[in-house]
Amino acid sequence: MTLALYNNLATYLVIGALLFGIGIYGIVTRRTLIGMLIAAELILAGSSINFMAFNRFTAPDPVTGQVFALFIMAVAAAEAAIGLSIIIAVYRQFKSIDTEDAVQLKG
Amino acid sequence: MNPSTIASPALFSVDGLVGVVFLIMVAITLIGGLIACNSDRLVRSVAGLIVCFVGVAGIYYFLNSPFVAMMQILIYVGAVAVTISFAIMLAAPEEKKKIGITGPLAGPLGFGTAALLAGGFAVLALQTDWPVQAKINDGSVKQIGIQLLTDYSMVFELVSIVLLIAILGALVIARDGREGQ
Repeated sequence: MTLALYNNLATYLVIGALLFGIGIYGIVTRRTLIGMLIAAELILAGSSINFMAFNRFTAPDPVTGQVFALFIMAVAAAEAAIGLSIIIAVYRQFKSIDTEDAVQLKG
Repeated sequence: MNPSTIASPALFSVDGLVGVVFLIMVAITLIGGLIACNSDRLVRSVAGLIVCFVGVAGIYYFLNSPFVAMMQILIYVGAVAVTISFAIMLAAPEEKKKIGITGPLAGPLGFGTAALLAGGFAVLALQTDWPVQAKINDGSVKQIGIQLLTDYSMVFELVSIVLLIAILGALVIARDGREGQ
C-alpha cells in the first residue's frame, strides 16, 4: 500500500498540509525578516501542491491548475524581489534585519 | 481513491520502484522544509529551501506536469533562492546574535499552532470524498500554451505588468538612501 501512494489524491493533500504547517511554524518563530520570507515561500509551495493535486485528480480540465501554479510562481517571484529590497532598505536604516529592531512606529 | 482499496505493487516491479522514488521525493521535500525553518544560520536555511523546492519539483513531475516541474526548478531554485542568497550577503546578519528560533511563540505555542493547522487540513483531506470528473484534454505543454494565449491571455499580460512593476519598485526601494554614502 505504501508504494501505491503516489496515485492517491489524499497523499498530495497531506504533503501540502505538512508543508503549510512547517511554513506557519517558521513564520511565527523566526526573528529575522529573511527567515520569515523563506517560511512564506514554503507556504506558497504547499498551496501550489494542493492546486496541482486537484488539477491532476479531480478537475475536468488539467490545464487550469498548471496555469494557476505558474501564476503563483510569477507572483511569488515578484513578492520575493519586493520583500528583499524592503529588507535591504530596512538593513540600511537600522543596521539589522531583526524584526525587533525596527521599532520606530512602536508606541 | 480510498488508499485501502489500492493494491500494493511488488517492490521490484516498475510501479514499485516509481513508488520508492515518490517516497524519496516526499522525504526530500519535508526534510528540506524542516531545515529551512529550524537551522540557526540563514545560509543553511536557504540551502534547505533549495532542497525542498527540488523535492516539490519531483512531486509536480508525479502529478503529470513536467513543464511546471521544470519551471519550479528554473524560477525557484534558479532565481528566488539566488536572490535570497544575495540579500543575505548584502544584509549580513550579525553572527554573534542568535538568529535561530527564539521569541515568545518559539516554544510549544508556535508548534501547537502549526500542528493544529497541518493536522486539521490533513484530516479534512483524508475524510472528504472528492468528486472525480472526466478529463476534457490531456494537460500537455501544447494545451498549456494554447490556453495561456487564449483563455488566460488577460491574466498572462497582467502578470507580466505585475512583474515589471515589481522589478522597478524593488530597484527604487533598494536604491533609496544611497546618495549620501
